[in-house]
Amino acid sequence: MKEHQSPDAFSLSRREFLKAIGGGIIVFFSSEDLEAQQRRSPGYQDLPADFNAFLRIGADGRVTCLTGKIEMGQGIVTSLAQMLADELDVSLDVVDMIMGDTDLCPWDMGTFGSRSTRFFGPPLREAAAEAKAILVGLASEHLRLNENQLTVKDGVVIDKNNSKTRVTYAELAKGKSIEKRLQKKPALKNVSELTIAGKPALQKDALAKVTGKAPFAGDIRVPGMLYARILRPPAHGARLKSVDTSALKNDKEVRVIQDGDLIAVLHPYPDGAEKALLKIKAEFDLPEAKVDPKTIFKHLLSVAPEGEVVTQGGNVNEGEKAAREAFEATYFNQYVAHAQIETHTALVRIDKDRVTVWASTQRPFAAKEEVAQALGIPSQRVRVITPFVGGGFGGKSQNMQAVEAARLAKLAGKPVQVAWTRQEAFFYDTFRPAAIVKIRSGVTQANQIVFWNYDVYFGGPRGAEQFYDIPHHRELSHGHYTGVPGAHPFRTGPWRAPGSNTNTFARESHIDIMAAKGGLDPLEFRLKNLKDERMIRVLKAAAEKFGWRPSPAPSGRGFGVACATDVGAYVATMAEVEVNRETGGVRVKRIVCAQDMGLAINPEGAKMQMEGSLTMGLGYALTEEVRFNGGQILDRNFRTYEIPRFSWLPKIETVLIENPGTPPAGGGEPSIVCMGGVIANAIFDATGARLFELPMTPERVKKTLTETKTKKT
Amino acid sequence: MIETINFKLNGEPAQLKVEGERKLLWVLRSDLGLTGAKYGCGEGICGACTVLINNRAVRSCQVPIKEIKGKEIITIEGLAKNGKLHPLQKAFLEQGALQCGFCTPGMIMNAYSLLLEKPQPAEAEIIRTMDDNLCRCGAHVRIVQAIRGAAIEMKGRRRG
Repeated sequence: MKEHQSPDAFSLSRREFLKAIGGGIIVFFSSEDLEAQQRRSPGYQDLPADFNAFLRIGADGRVTCLTGKIEMGQGIVTSLAQMLADELDVSLDVVDMIMGDTDLCPWDMGTFGSRSTRFFGPPLREAAAEAKAILVGLASEHLRLNENQLTVKDGVVIDKNNSKTRVTYAELAKGKSIEKRLQKKPALKNVSELTIAGKPALQKDALAKVTGKAPFAGDIRVPGMLYARILRPPAHGARLKSVDTSALKNDKEVRVIQDGDLIAVLHPYPDGAEKALLKIKAEFDLPEAKVDPKTIFKHLLSVAPEGEVVTQGGNVNEGEKAAREAFEATYFNQYVAHAQIETHTALVRIDKDRVTVWASTQRPFAAKEEVAQALGIPSQRVRVITPFVGGGFGGKSQNMQAVEAARLAKLAGKPVQVAWTRQEAFFYDTFRPAAIVKIRSGVTQANQIVFWNYDVYFGGPRGAEQFYDIPHHRELSHGHYTGVPGAHPFRTGPWRAPGSNTNTFARESHIDIMAAKGGLDPLEFRLKNLKDERMIRVLKAAAEKFGWRPSPAPSGRGFGVACATDVGAYVATMAEVEVNRETGGVRVKRIVCAQDMGLAINPEGAKMQMEGSLTMGLGYALTEEVRFNGGQILDRNFRTYEIPRFSWLPKIETVLIENPGTPPAGGGEPSIVCMGGVIANAIFDATGARLFELPMTPERVKKTLTETKTKKT
Repeated sequence: MIETINFKLNGEPAQLKVEGERKLLWVLRSDLGLTGAKYGCGEGICGACTVLINNRAVRSCQVPIKEIKGKEIITIEGLAKNGKLHPLQKAFLEQGALQCGFCTPGMIMNAYSLLLEKPQPAEAEIIRTMDDNLCRCGAHVRIVQAIRGAAIEMKGRRRG
């Protein structure tokens, strides 16, 4: 995380790579998942491509893991270190994580999709086991004892028969330069042998973060740096008509840069740049606004591409014939912002032909390519260093701010920092897309779901997979969350558990509609239509913790249930809400969430991710929507774009299912996906009003309450 | 107008010659190199830039530097004394009351101000005071726990 100086690591042959990091015992390894991905991504060929991470045991006894993954609050700086420490038999304190430095760390596609622990964890453990085997081998020579007579504790190899005969990893690594590529799969410890993984651990980054010392991209200072503010259009698609910078002509501290579409002011102080920007007069031609939050869904359906099959089974037409009753409904969700508290930030310094970038990014290696391309130089000359990232959630996958800083640094001949303002962050964010889900389904006389015909438009396929036991089903996904040209008036992209929030809201609402019509308790109806044991188990665990008492909805109690699978994890959530019938305001009083994520490496960290997901999920369920008029974004700060606050806090209870025999699943995302559905179902249970659109704002709830009342009378 | 501003910064006397209208946040972060206080929204909504002026929590992105003349500023960098963490910092660390950590300095400083004013706040008071400090990772539950924990710890110390 710190800036590590490497003498000459800009063109990274393996030899130089090794020289740069010094000697010791080094084990290279790679994750199959990453290997598959990197073949599809540009730029990896510049780097040693036969491994994507390594660990090193130095002569100081410290163990360093170098990986292109980044830490943005999801806690992998701790959980990865735990896995490594456990397998290598060292204490967690001697493990250093160096993350997201494109010079020191081998290529990595990026940090997203809850992949780090799932796909990176197993080879990391294997590499640690391999390193331990090497060290034990060295110790055997050193102590002149058979390997099977040795045991390791806390980085010390000890003679089982005489604990005074011992040698430390540090002593063994001294003067050595051993490098090994992990090839065979070494035996890993059994879960019962783990002493660090599976136990709560203090976050390795917490000390730096509570003292204000943890560096984020905006905290990096280099001599001579200037701060930039960039002239922005008032709407996406707007064209600059005229610009007048003459008011800045006599200001000696300000530099005005004009390079094609990039017009910026540079100043030795960030607030100086801000003030200067206000003095630029610019006129823009605004494009005609063609869509707004009311018309967007119709528009999206009109441009939606053909669907692609996510999952299917049986024959939905056959299923429909067997159905007692069919249910058809359409579900909607509006655009949602990432709204990380740290805005996109980058600092770029150009020294002769070398470029150093400090960026808040989830994809440092992509940033490296993007910057190289913008500057017209080979990417070997670009180094991206990723300090701590102040929240990502999928929204720091594009590196526009790094490209801007690089262009400005080149034009100015000085290091330049670009730190987006909150207004810019709400403008250039890759929003979670507005999306539509259409479902037609049916049940038999016995309340078995017999067919399920499902189409999601622009939400993405994740979370559309069928896990209920339905003989005839077909799930199609039309258009990805990144959209197609002409679909969205601005950029869209992945947003924490992309697709799953949209799909789970629709599916779980629809399941409840069928349960209510059949007069069945929504939990009972789910259990009746499930065969997947893990899903049944999380539902039962949530019900037990919640104290679920069966009743068909609406019961007036305001209880809801929803379940989902996401990134290999199973999750079931129950909620209790209170609806203010006058205002339409919804207060979530209690949430219980049970999650089966296989082996939880850092159970406390996993629970924190669950709590975070549940809390964050309140926002997209209840308030968060980016209002717009064509390419103009109307919500540009937290004053009107409301994210969850302390006063919203329900009582949150999390249950981690103990399932250590199953490999770790993802943990950063699964718990957020049920929040739309569980709250919609709880609102229905409280009031009999069914919400079909997210977010469920007071206005929408009130409108639905009124309509429901009218329908009844 | 360039003004000479004398004030106390984290217990030490300090002097600046700056344009008086500049906002405290930017002076802290660039002129003084104290980057613990963060920019989050620029409009005093999110609380990431919270510091103390005369023991009261303020949004430093909204405070003109001329207003701190003769006053005492405490930032997150001034909270630990002689390398020893303040109980609030310790509680945030031990209870996992942070994830990405970007809002953390503002959270701790606002809570610090609360505990100075009210050493044993009820949970409702903690929530009310912290409500305008935004956290996107959803560490809220543990932040409330950490503040309560720190209050209890500090009470024990005073007695002892």
